[in-house]
Amino acid sequence: MFDLTKNYFELFGLPVSCQVDLKALSGQYRVLQRAVHPDRFASDDERQQLLAVQYASHVNDAFHTLKQPLNRAIYLLKLAGRDVDMERNTVMDTAFLMEQMELRESVDEVRSDAHPEKALELLVARVDGDIDDYLLHFEQCWQSAGKEDLDQAEAVVKKMQFMVKLAAELEALESDLLD
Amino acid sequence: MAYSEKVIDHYENPRNVGKLDQEAGNVGTGMVGAPACGDVMRLQIQVNDDGVIEDARFKTYGCGSAIASSSLATEWMKGKTLDEAVTIKNTDIAEELALPPVKIHCSVLAEDAIKAAIDDYRAKHDDQEEQEGRQQPSQEESQEEE
Repeated sequence: MFDLTKNYFELFGLPVSCQVDLKALSGQYRVLQRAVHPDRFASDDERQQLLAVQYASHVNDAFHTLKQPLNRAIYLLKLAGRDVDMERNTVMDTAFLMEQMELRESVDEVRSDAHPEKALELLVARVDGDIDDYLLHFEQCWQSAGKEDLDQAEAVVKKMQFMVKLAAELEALESDLLD
Repeated sequence: MAYSEKVIDHYENPRNVGKLDQEAGNVGTGMVGAPACGDVMRLQIQVNDDGVIEDARFKTYGCGSAIASSSLATEWMKGKTLDEAVTIKNTDIAEELALPPVKIHCSVLAEDAIKAAIDDYRAKHDDQEEQEGRQQPSQEESQEEE
């Protein structure tokens, strides 16, 4: 059916890059999904059915990895031989952590703000802007591809992970405020 | 996933939440973060002249296990000397709180925060001693002169 050893970009027929054509990605996702849909193998033997399930889950993983910029960045580092260990690596740049602490304090204060919607909007803009900056920085480092550049790219990805998490919290807060 | 009773207890009644004066000479501050879950932890200690931790405070943005781990860490550090406190292991914290394997990194974060706070205090203290040493002769030297 298809080759599980292909990398995710190859699987979707896309160039290995920081920028992904999301339209092409979604289009190809639908094609692949149809090709591996377990229903198509309902009459086949058990082994074929199991394989189809495995393929379908591989296609899903690939799609979600390429679609989301942070996951894509982590995957690009993996292709470059860097497994980013998010679990173990804890001590980080103190100035960055202070800033994270302050941002989280601001998130806590949104609810008690006289204009919570406005305060939230400012925070969302700030966090989204930072994520864009990190993505840009990542792309520069990844393209240079030297050892130090990749070290730098790894550090940027870790910071981005904090910001993406914060963005998700802001989204949750927003839907909470709207209720 | 179910939290253990001890985690819930620390989460609902966190001990020693707050802030100490980061600029004070007898205060050490440890800031750590876990990119995996976006947790940020600040742990501070106030050390008396005998090198004993007389107060400890924390502020953690993260899941229940991260909050419980740092709350427990401050509880354990109080009354200990720096040398004793530095031996607190993440495995002790994880065991006490009965953390499941997926939450072990929360206890790692707490251990790293303890170490970072102690390192910060020691770095500050060494600087102070150096400065004091330059300004006036040490007691031993002045005794010899007498």
